[in-house]
Formats: sequence, C-alpha cells, structure tokens
Amino acid sequence: MEKVFVNDKDIVIPGEPLAEGFDFLPAGKAFREDEKIFASTIGLVYVKGRVIKVIPLAGKYMPKRGDIVIGKVTNIGHSGWTLDIDCPYLADLNIGEASSEYIDLRKASMNQFFDIGDYALTEVTAISEGMFVKLTAKYRPYRRLVGGTIIKVSPTKIPRIIGKAGSMIKMLKDHSNCDITVGQNGLIWIKGDAEKQALVSRIIKVIEKESHLPGLTDKIKHMLEGGK
Amino acid sequence: MGGKFGAPDKMIIGGKRLDGRKPDELRPITIKAGVIPSADGSAEITQGETKIVVAVYGPREVFPKHMSIADRACVECRYDMASFSTPERSRPGMSRRSTEISKIMAEALMPAIYLEKYPKTKIDIYVEVTNANAGTRCAAITAASVALADAGIEMRDMVVAVASGKVDGKLVLDMFEIEDNFGSADLPLAYMLRKGEITLLQMDGELTKEEIQELVEMNIEACKKIYAMQKKALQDKYSVEKKAMPDAGEENGN
Repeated sequence: MEKVFVNDKDIVIPGEPLAEGFDFLPAGKAFREDEKIFASTIGLVYVKGRVIKVIPLAGKYMPKRGDIVIGKVTNIGHSGWTLDIDCPYLADLNIGEASSEYIDLRKASMNQFFDIGDYALTEVTAISEGMFVKLTAKYRPYRRLVGGTIIKVSPTKIPRIIGKAGSMIKMLKDHSNCDITVGQNGLIWIKGDAEKQALVSRIIKVIEKESHLPGLTDKIKHMLEGGK
Repeated sequence: MGGKFGAPDKMIIGGKRLDGRKPDELRPITIKAGVIPSADGSAEITQGETKIVVAVYGPREVFPKHMSIADRACVECRYDMASFSTPERSRPGMSRRSTEISKIMAEALMPAIYLEKYPKTKIDIYVEVTNANAGTRCAAITAASVALADAGIEMRDMVVAVASGKVDGKLVLDMFEIEDNFGSADLPLAYMLRKGEITLLQMDGELTKEEIQELVEMNIEACKKIYAMQKKALQDKYSVEKKAMPDAGEENGN
C-alpha cells in the first residue's frame, strides 16, 4: 500500500494527498490523517527517502521560542518596551532583558536604550499562555540596530535567503561588504555603503520572488558582479 | 413562471438552455490567485458573467480584543456587492442579504481552516462582487478558498462551491441570471472533496426529496471540475513568475 502521489519539487495545494502508508513521515507543513499524508499549505514538496516534507511558499510569521527576530519599538511602558515583530501577537521586551547591565531609571531614561521607531535585534525567549511574546536583548549580538536600512520579505523565504549552511548570505556579505542581519520574522537589516545597500535590497527581493526556481544562486552571483 | 413579468416563454429549448449550455454544463470559469499585492492572499473568479474579487488578511491581531478566542482563530467574512454590480443600482453597504451571506461564507470555510494553529488571531476575508449574475455566494466561496491558500494559511482541504436548481421543470447546473430569477428552485452547496464533507447547503423554492438528491450529486460532480481549476490557479501563480524571468532557465543551463 506504500505509494507516493507526488514528484520531488512539485507545487502542492492544501489538502492534496502526498503519500499513502505508515512507512512515510510527514514533515514541515504536511500532516497525517489515517493512512495518508496531506499538505496543509501551498508549498513545494520534498521527497527524501521516507520523509515527505512541504516547504510553504506563503504565510505569516508565527513566533517560536529561540527565534532571532527584528522588531520595531512601538511603545514604551513603565517596565519595558512593546515591539512589533510582524506577527499576530504583541512582543514584550522587559527592562531587565534590555541590557546586560542594571538599568537605573533614576539616572537614565528608557528611550536612551530603545526609542519609539527604533529597530532591535532580539531573541524570542518564551510565548506565554495568553500568547504574549517575551523577548530578550541582554547579550550580544542582540542590540539596537543603528543606521542602515530595513527591508521586509515573506518569512517563508528566509531559509532561501540564508542558503544552505549560510551560503547565500555569505555570498551577499562578501561581495557587498555590507553588514546583513536576518530576522526569522522576515525583517532584514542591511548596513554598508549606500550604493551597495540598495544593491543588496534589490537582490534580496529577487531571491524572495524566485526562491522556488532553479539556478538562483548563479543568477544572484551574476547580479552581484554587476550584471542585470 | 410564465406569470412573472419579463420572464421568457421557455427557458429550455430543444434540450439546450438560453445561453446554449446543456443542463449539466458549467459556465466558463477562470480563477486567478494573487491579484492584490497588498493583501496577504487574494483571488479573482469569473464564472460566466459573475465576477468576484476576494482578499484575505491574516492571521492578525484581533480588534476588538474581546472577540479573540483563546485556543483558535476567528474568521470574519465581509461579502459586499458593488453598487454597479447589478442591473439596477444597489445601495452600497451591508444589507440583510449580504449580512447573511457573510455569515454562511465564514461558516462554510471554517471547517477547512486549521484554526487551532493560530490561537487568539483573526482571519479577515473581504469579498467584493463587481458583477453579479447569479451564483455569487458559491463563486465567492470557491475564490475565498483560493485566496486563503494563497495567504499561506494552513488548511485541511480546499472548499469548492456551486449552485444548481430547477428551471422549466428540469434540473440544471450553475444557473445564470434569467434562470435564477425565473426558475423554480435554487440549491447552493459547498463541499470539501477530500473527505466528502458538505459545509454549506441551502435551498430556495420547491423540490422533491429525489430532486434534492439528484441536485446534490450534480453539484458534487461539478465541484470536482472546479477543484481542478482552483489547483491550476494556485500552481499558475508560481509558474507565471517562472515564465516572466526567461533568463533564469538559461543561466541554469550554463
């Protein structure tokens, strides 16, 4: 009864049957119902031995513990900051998590650390029962992101932008001499030469658009070397 | 039916309907995914003369806060007919009818969505009918399902919907405006193909038990055809981008 209904790298839609039989394991956005495995989102399917994996092609960011995210400060409260990390929930950065040193509010005001409108690189430490996201910026490399530019891409494309073992992002960094920081939530901070900054933003948009197509790495290399 | 003003004498002539279709034939349908770039997901459907655009936003924060559900997402649908969508100008804004369709649309789509994966969030579905020519609630459900998939929302299955009815004593599929106005019954149905579950079943008019059974089967057969179109629309969105970049393929060859 073991049977695979799809080919490797097929585009599948929600509810599409992928495989039949208990020998197969669903991974990514695939789920099992009785004997069969189905896709739960639109995505690319990967068949590797017994594992049937669906990589989504679209979707919003849902926070997970341990994710490194870039957030925008939207509010300053009595004991912390509220950050917009582009997900359906509010994210909270407590004052004790903002710096490795003790912050004495009699001597310093809170907007010296993070002001409204600032971007910060943080880590998700917990998601509470009430779906409040707790962040930390206590240790390096978590910090306020000064200067540079922020671009937004679909969070499902982040793995492609990073590449296999960081190959794509390394190529971008080496060719452009820019400082590039990628948040799991789809926000990317680029700092460097103004011209290079614009080039990197443009290239990342190309990666986002063509992430599911073959020959992408060659194309990006070509663009980085001054080609169209 | 002949009694109604403006009704044609006969609506089925020589086994064919007024627009030349066979009784169990669908109108020509085109579905396109991803038509609104600023929405999280969107779709456009034309079914004969009926034309509908659907936008999906979410999962996103719930406003007002008390609407949120602790363990799953809530779905809100807004079905609206453009004032120019009907032969007579329709008053803009929600009417008794559009409030009802909004509710039943959300309820028809909810069983397909993995709501428990998005606790305390909201999924908004905005439906805009730009040209109404019968069968709008079904076409809207079909398109909304494509828009939800386009938004990357996790779903158990796609929802497909189609209406059928009774005209001149004959059972017909996917009625157009004249048949809808002067026919004797109308039966919209929304269906999830994978498990064979019906998520919406309404009926207006007079039908016997046998006729209802026959219409339900006729609708389900048509749903299978529309499902193939939904799938093609979603796959096309990503292969169209492939065609727009001809050099991507060439470089791969080098």
